[in-house]
Amino acid sequence: MTGLVADFLPALRDPAAPVPRGLQDGSGRPAGRRFNVYRNNVLVSLIEALEVGFPAIRSLLGDENFRNIARGYAQTHPPKGPLMMRYGQGFPDYLAGLRALAPLPYLADVARLELALRASYHAADHIGLTGDDLAKIPPENLENTRLYLAPSVQTLRSAHPIADIHRFALNPTSPKPRPGAQDIAVLRPEFDPSPHILPPGGHAFLTALTAGQPFGNAAEIATAAAPEFDLAAMLGLLLAQNALMKKGPRT
Amino acid sequence: MFDAYTVPLPARPGVGYKPQHYAALMQDPGSVGWLEIHAENYMGAGGRPIAQLRELSNRFPVSVHGVGLSIGGEGRLDRDHLSRLRALCDWLQPASFSEHLAWSTHDSAFFNDLLPLPYTNATLTRVCSHIDQVQDVLGRPMLLENPSSYLAFADSTWDEPAFLAEIARRTGCGLLLDVNNVFVSATNLGFSPQSYIDAFPLAAVGEVHLGGHDEDADDHGAPLLIDSHGRQVADPVWALLDYTLARSGPRPLLIEWDTDVPDWPVLRAEAARAADALAYASDVHEMCMSCDSPELAR
Repeated sequence: MTGLVADFLPALRDPAAPVPRGLQDGSGRPAGRRFNVYRNNVLVSLIEALEVGFPAIRSLLGDENFRNIARGYAQTHPPKGPLMMRYGQGFPDYLAGLRALAPLPYLADVARLELALRASYHAADHIGLTGDDLAKIPPENLENTRLYLAPSVQTLRSAHPIADIHRFALNPTSPKPRPGAQDIAVLRPEFDPSPHILPPGGHAFLTALTAGQPFGNAAEIATAAAPEFDLAAMLGLLLAQNALMKKGPRT
Repeated sequence: MFDAYTVPLPARPGVGYKPQHYAALMQDPGSVGWLEIHAENYMGAGGRPIAQLRELSNRFPVSVHGVGLSIGGEGRLDRDHLSRLRALCDWLQPASFSEHLAWSTHDSAFFNDLLPLPYTNATLTRVCSHIDQVQDVLGRPMLLENPSSYLAFADSTWDEPAFLAEIARRTGCGLLLDVNNVFVSATNLGFSPQSYIDAFPLAAVGEVHLGGHDEDADDHGAPLLIDSHGRQVADPVWALLDYTLARSGPRPLLIEWDTDVPDWPVLRAEAARAADALAYASDVHEMCMSCDSPELAR
């Protein structure tokens, strides 16, 4: 019995490995290619999970290229658990390491954006902080108030215009991306997360809030990072996208 | 021999829930009697999947069907996964929880498929101990599903119906009888699907699955059916369902369609065909209960 896993694992992982002994058809003949049903099920299900998880990468590479790359990833990076919604965390780094993809240096960051969108999609719900809630805070307390980002907020920085590339990949009628770095916040007003390009200082502001800095400090940090930081516009975006949470995170 | 497993799902057709059918189901809730979800797809912290499931559970009885617990695995059950299952069952309060006679995990490697087991005394002991643990943690009886087989183990000393019957007897779990799996396994391994049903402990069956399969061939050109859940239920599987229901009486029936998912009317038509089979079975079973055949009347 202890032989079951020991025999199965290498044979499942490597299509060239021999079929485990002791497996047969209904008349006692060696199982042969019947074993391939399991090999195939495992591999195809993982490739399909990557197709669902990385639609923009699939569009940018084309179906056939994507399947080939996804197969290579699935063969070398089996899932660590049964939740397919978490599968593919290492896919951006894997893409970054493929020499054939060197001419597409933005690909890994677009894949990171797709992971951030997926994480946001499944993140916990929250009760949003409104403009009225903010207005109720006495002005003298505002500076020391903590603002909590919703669990669905994700931030990324890239040397490439990844929000534009992502949009272009999924909707080719959208404007062609122009080169340039982008800071991104993934925000989810209700159930549908989308990427938002952050203005100068915005990423520093959100990072400071996440680190637990009170509102006043976060604004100072953002202004130090980018003197043109527009606090009112930043708050407007966060409120409009329901990105602030009424209570502190549960411990 | 068995205490009849109390059937908490209605003896009506249900469907495997797909998010693309959410609006159609909410507009037409009378079209199916209940829904089944794959547990692992509802283990995120929040967002649309959880919100929609909450809404659906207000309208339909829900069955939670796990695909990743690896009940036949050689190691311990994944405690984190067991906790997630419990959390899901705690808030959702599903009408039923079911899993598979299969394995998929070893140490930290997860194989996203239902892998086969040799039917030996060692496997029996291990599977029973895992089912005891699941039923303890969830605080409810579970249903265990028969697999679709593409090969057999030379080491096996039990046949599958007797193996499942013994698991049900030892653990008190119910059984989920997938008649498509029976037909697929019977074709692939060359046994009679009717004999399998005759040997199956039907009193323990709390749910019946139906799904489509694909056709392939093995090294010798013999038919090799693949349990793909990607098309309509095949006619001989409907016939095997009639054969089963005539002996078991009405049971909750589920249409599984997981790949190349069709538009709602196609799935609804499959559910309607299952409703016809149930109506027919109800007549036949009543007739048999009043007739002299002990074989059919049990």
